[in-house]
Amino acid sequence: MEFYRAHVLVCGGTGCTSSGSTDIIDKFNDELQKHGLQNEIMVVRTGCFGLCEVGPIVIVYPEGAFYSRVEIGDVPEIVSEHLVKGRIVTRLLYHDSITEEETIKSLDEVGFYKKQMRLALRNCGVIDPENIDEYIAFDGYKALGKALTEMTPDQVIDTIKESGLRGRGGAGFPAGLKWEFTRNAVGDKKYVCCNADEGDPGAFMDRSILEGDPHSVLEAMTIAGYAVGADQGYIYVRAEYPIAVKRLTIAIAQARQYGLLGKNIFDSGFNFDIELRLGAGAFVCGEETALMASIEGRRGEPRPRPPFPAVKGVFSKPTLLNNVETYANIPQIILNGPEWFRTIGTEKSKGTKVFALGGKINNTGLVEVPMGTTLREIIYEIGGGIPGGKEFKAAQTGGPSGGCIPAQHLDTPIDYDSLTQIGSMMGSGGLIVMDEDNCMVDIARFFLDFTVDESCGKCPPCRIGTRRMLELLDKIVSGKGEEGDIEKLELLAKNIKASALCGLGQTAPNPVLSTIRYFRDEYEAHIKEKRCPAGVCQALLRYIIVAELCKGCGLCAKHCPVEAISGERRKPYTIDTDKCIKCGLCMEKCPFNAIIKK
Amino acid sequence: MKSLNELEEIRKRALESVNLRKDREGTRVVVGMGTCGIAAGARPVLLAFLEEIKKRNIQDVTVTQTGCIGVCRLEPMVEVYRPGEEKVTYIKMTPDKVKRIIAEHIVNGRSVTEYTIGAEEK
Ligand SMILES: Cc1cc2nc3c(=O)[nH]c(=O)nc-3n(C[C@H](O)[C@H](O)[C@H](O)COP(=O)(O)O)c2cc1C
Ligand code: SF4
Ligand code: SF4
Ligand code: FES
Ligand code: FES
Repeated sequence: MEFYRAHVLVCGGTGCTSSGSTDIIDKFNDELQKHGLQNEIMVVRTGCFGLCEVGPIVIVYPEGAFYSRVEIGDVPEIVSEHLVKGRIVTRLLYHDSITEEETIKSLDEVGFYKKQMRLALRNCGVIDPENIDEYIAFDGYKALGKALTEMTPDQVIDTIKESGLRGRGGAGFPAGLKWEFTRNAVGDKKYVCCNADEGDPGAFMDRSILEGDPHSVLEAMTIAGYAVGADQGYIYVRAEYPIAVKRLTIAIAQARQYGLLGKNIFDSGFNFDIELRLGAGAFVCGEETALMASIEGRRGEPRPRPPFPAVKGVFSKPTLLNNVETYANIPQIILNGPEWFRTIGTEKSKGTKVFALGGKINNTGLVEVPMGTTLREIIYEIGGGIPGGKEFKAAQTGGPSGGCIPAQHLDTPIDYDSLTQIGSMMGSGGLIVMDEDNCMVDIARFFLDFTVDESCGKCPPCRIGTRRMLELLDKIVSGKGEEGDIEKLELLAKNIKASALCGLGQTAPNPVLSTIRYFRDEYEAHIKEKRCPAGVCQALLRYIIVAELCKGCGLCAKHCPVEAISGERRKPYTIDTDKCIKCGLCMEKCPFNAIIKK
Repeated sequence: MKSLNELEEIRKRALESVNLRKDREGTRVVVGMGTCGIAAGARPVLLAFLEEIKKRNIQDVTVTQTGCIGVCRLEPMVEVYRPGEEKVTYIKMTPDKVKRIIAEHIVNGRSVTEYTIGAEEK
């Protein structure tokens, strides 16, 4: 084997791939060839480093130099300066990775990573996900070997139960219990499934794990198969995740070649294999009963439970279903023991949680923190705060099923139960930050619009009820809200939650309810004063010329397409709000910023 | 895959190729690659280090470069940092000297005094 003196790690996650990292890899290989360095320096395509915002990202070891926003034109310089002469190209380093003395900080010292704890993401951005040897080098498949050769299925289940691991797909059901139910269910054949549907808008946690560390999921599913007595696994992944699908396909082939999938694994007599099932990308197919119907090739519609999948799942056989991130934790728990896992997190929520941080935040990206970390730490320390010095207003967790967390709860330690208590939920891990410029009614409308679109239509409360709610919200944001609308929303919400067939409908009203709970005054301003306090809802906006600032140049009047502005030269102009069509042109054109919208 | 031992074999083999990305605690060899260093023949010295390390399958060593170390007439220069020890600076390096430094200093922990900057200054 060659001894490589340096490794160039280039992010091959979806974010960086779309900003050109594939070309950057090619360019590195070309340039290394040119300098005759191809046998000394290795180029590795990894999964997501989490800081997608400043991608494409390149990390050079052994120095650990963290280059961000690398363009193809920068590659020759990195090669000739850093790799040939050992001079780090400081101007390309991620701003927060350099100390005041201009030396490189180690990655755990960088603000973005300092408070993070990467368990599920431990290999993302570290290994080449298309090379099983690199996974094995970082203790991969050792947990499987241990389970198959040293543990009984019951011991495996006890370990998972003791660890306190709860499902990361949304509801937070204890994983070990689910494994036990499936083991105890009677059936001549059983299945193990992985939910990689990830349909929440803005979520990309599971995708990143599959792209960056696909073997961890394969290993965990195989362990689960041994524990519950299944010999067949299915990964249900959306076809819109082409990179994840490709890496999974490669990983499955490599695992089969090494005999880590297939017959008689670790000479234990245990057989297990995994197949992919591609989903078409309907949100409802993430719901477990719909997902199983879809795996069988039927239409992805939910059915009433019980029977639960553990009793009657895929092809009516007992089936274990867990989320990608839930699985990604399993090998570590087997290797390090349940006691170790229990030391991380809060009393009732053990371990870590991955969040996709988005919205009004400086470091958009993927973060993993111990349960119990506060929202303030995530937003201000890891996320680097809100751009433009704006005021924090709320964070939305749990996507279309969740709710918002207002400023007064910034210091709540985040775990399953605390989030439910304050009217939101953990969900799968989308975390969208909103500032003073976000209108909460508009946010609620956005999520409800999503669920109305994604409702499968099978049950009336969801199909019709959520549409009625959306109509009410539309009315409010367009300035036609009436006294009593808020109460109507609340009543509809209550009934839908109680009567919808599946989780999609049952949770769809949550974003509306939680925004009413914390921002009722904003709803009232829309309804009673026909005013949008955040200045978002177009229909409620008014363009006004501030007389003290207006110099009377007349530019605005010239550009107004509907001649709504009038006035005399050198005197303040005025806008006729009845004629105004709110195009905003005047505001753009005024050289003195005399026009405001309110 | 038949046993944990078989897995361990693969792991050991693969570890060499990823070790660089783990904690860097082992010995560091730094080769001066400023313009003067390169002109004086630093590149063959660097390659000789890589070659020897590979041949002897030494773990936990990183080889990096730096710019001009500052005393151009003594180039090519190499600094060796072993954990918990003072840095040792070798001067006027050649590929032949590399073999001895690897054998005596990197592997056995005894620096080759006659090649060091201290010896020259006496
Ligand atoms: C409408 C709807 C969508 C869902 N989407 C997902 C999803 O994308 N990924 C996921 O893992 N779980 C999703 N779930 C939750 C699953 O039904 C199921 O609870 C979960 O996959 C179980 O795995 P866990 O116990 O490991 O969390 C969804 C549930 C509902 C009601
Ligand atoms: S462009 Fe601005 S300054 Fe000029 S008349 Fe209009 S509002 Fe007044
Ligand atoms: S917003 Fe458009 S329509 Fe309204 S006053 Fe300005 S230019 Fe005219
Ligand atoms: S995709 Fe590159 S850092 Fe996320
Ligand atoms: S794609 Fe990896 S998270 Fe950005």
